[in-house]
Amino acid sequence: MEKFIQLTLSGVANGAIFSLVALGFVLIYKSSDVINFAQGELLMIGAYLTYMTVQQFGLFWPIGVVVAVILAAVVGALIESLVLRPLIGEPAISVIMVTIGLSSLLRGIVGAIWGVTPLPAPQFLPRDPVKILGASVGLDKLLAIGLALLLFGLLTLFFRRSNEGIAMRAVADDQQAALSMGISIKRIWAVAWAIAAVTAAVGGILLMSIFGGVSGTIGRVGLLVFPVVILGGLDSIPGAIIGGLIIGLLQAFAGGYLPPELGLGEVVPYVVLILILLVRPYGLFGQTRIERV
Amino acid sequence: MQSGTFHSSYSSDMGLRPYWPMRIRIILVIAIMLIFPWFAGRYWLNLANTIGIAAISAIGLNILVGYTGQISIGQGGFMAVGAYTSGLLAANAGLPMWISVPIACVFTAIVGALFGLPSVRLKGLYLAIATLAAQEIIIWVLTHGKILGIGESLSLPPETSNLFGLSLTGSTDFNFYWLIMGCLVLTVLFVSNLFRSRAGRAMVAIRDQDIAAQVIGVDLFRYKLLAFATSSFFAGLAGALTAHYRGIISWERFTIETSILVLAMIIIGGLGSVSGAIYGAAFMTLLPALLSNVSRAASGVFPAFSSYLPYIQQAAFGLAIVLFLIFEPEGIVKMWRNLKDYFRLWPFSY
Repeated sequence: MEKFIQLTLSGVANGAIFSLVALGFVLIYKSSDVINFAQGELLMIGAYLTYMTVQQFGLFWPIGVVVAVILAAVVGALIESLVLRPLIGEPAISVIMVTIGLSSLLRGIVGAIWGVTPLPAPQFLPRDPVKILGASVGLDKLLAIGLALLLFGLLTLFFRRSNEGIAMRAVADDQQAALSMGISIKRIWAVAWAIAAVTAAVGGILLMSIFGGVSGTIGRVGLLVFPVVILGGLDSIPGAIIGGLIIGLLQAFAGGYLPPELGLGEVVPYVVLILILLVRPYGLFGQTRIERV
Repeated sequence: MQSGTFHSSYSSDMGLRPYWPMRIRIILVIAIMLIFPWFAGRYWLNLANTIGIAAISAIGLNILVGYTGQISIGQGGFMAVGAYTSGLLAANAGLPMWISVPIACVFTAIVGALFGLPSVRLKGLYLAIATLAAQEIIIWVLTHGKILGIGESLSLPPETSNLFGLSLTGSTDFNFYWLIMGCLVLTVLFVSNLFRSRAGRAMVAIRDQDIAAQVIGVDLFRYKLLAFATSSFFAGLAGALTAHYRGIISWERFTIETSILVLAMIIIGGLGSVSGAIYGAAFMTLLPALLSNVSRAASGVFPAFSSYLPYIQQAAFGLAIVLFLIFEPEGIVKMWRNLKDYFRLWPFSY
């Protein structure tokens, strides 16, 4: 029972981070039909920028984190306007490939600046063990869950209340109609990329804090976005959140209960991915698309 | 001066190289391929062999992505299947290369068709993600497959790497050159002719408009699976050749990075073109080699340059993809065609 609670909590913590990263992915996909293979690199950039502001510049950590998140948003918007905008109207494979190229470029740049050796993370989330129902869990994991929930709440508010958020939903729903209502799609796309970069950056900061360090492999989490979004549905924001939690839990249970030498935690998400694609390709909450010649 | 394309018989219309300039060019290319190994050093032979293997894999992927329109990010995984099948057959059963390599190709084709099954219901982005999962699952099997008797790496007994008495191990880049180029030429001939046959035309129809193709009687399921199988066959061939060429295989050679590399080759070279796949393979192999040569030359002036080399190579790889897609989405093939057009109409090009 203890083990169960422990695995559940760490699964939920990881899942919340996956959800954050997947949320940005879904946002970009919904508003501009772009499959972003560089989502993991956005996460990595967020983590390294935080390392830079807090550890290298020595800023007080809340300020450092805010600065890093703002920088990440700028990077996201820049990527959209420099790389993605020239490719409007190109076939899907070009867009996929450009984000793949982008991910390699970003990894190269980050590697050139910070190297590949793991760097110790600035400790700002307290890691004291907390007893819950007899299982001890690091406080940082609970805080990660809380922070992710807070961010989800803020984003929901943003989508429901702010002009920008409503415009973004309009673009996701129908680009033509949104254009004719005077919404600037370019601006919306830039905002979508900025928000995606921010959610990924927050995910990266939380991961860095849980791992206690940051290294080039942190971007690998980006690949796990795919099982998450396919499970939840490529164009569904609630789907991204629930999909992230399910994948996080599955990973924790598969890694914790099944023989550890098999390393099933790594592969289970992908098996789920294939199964979902075979049974229900549009995911749990995605929209079915009807195609015509 | 040639001012257009005029055919007066069906056979000339179907010809792969209908005009004299094309034939002269292809003869020149063949002559260079035949002369090259006699003058090249080990470094250049090694590069040529690497390009040859990469080109086989890229042409195979082009069948699937460029001609059939099914995006795949799993080619590296399929190469791994080919490499390990051939390697295990050689190491455990002691089968000689001329048996183990064809078996590896056929087995990879079967595995490819298996992972192609989701393509019946999926396309575009979804299929890309499904093949990504295939890649991850294959690598997981290889890293955890103690049942298969696979360790971290696998070395091939040298005596299995010979072809009818001709040893291909050790410092035999020269011997291997002929084997790899032979395979490449056969691949090129097969694939060029595939797209003059019913199966090839069916694949192109699926790419251009799959629902319309189905309406006029193309069996989507069958031809998509066929495309997956053929593509994986060549991936298996490339993998098996890698295994025997290097003499030692490890899964690290076939990660998702490899899949992306092969995909980048055909995109930079030109989708849906056999020669494009070869140009792309050459470009993507020569780019890092060129960078490391530059770094060696510059190490006297900037000693720090060489320590940044891996990152510069990685960034250059990404930058090449991004720049090509923004400025010349149709790849090197299109640039080459533009160049030819310019000189064909010279001095009246406009």
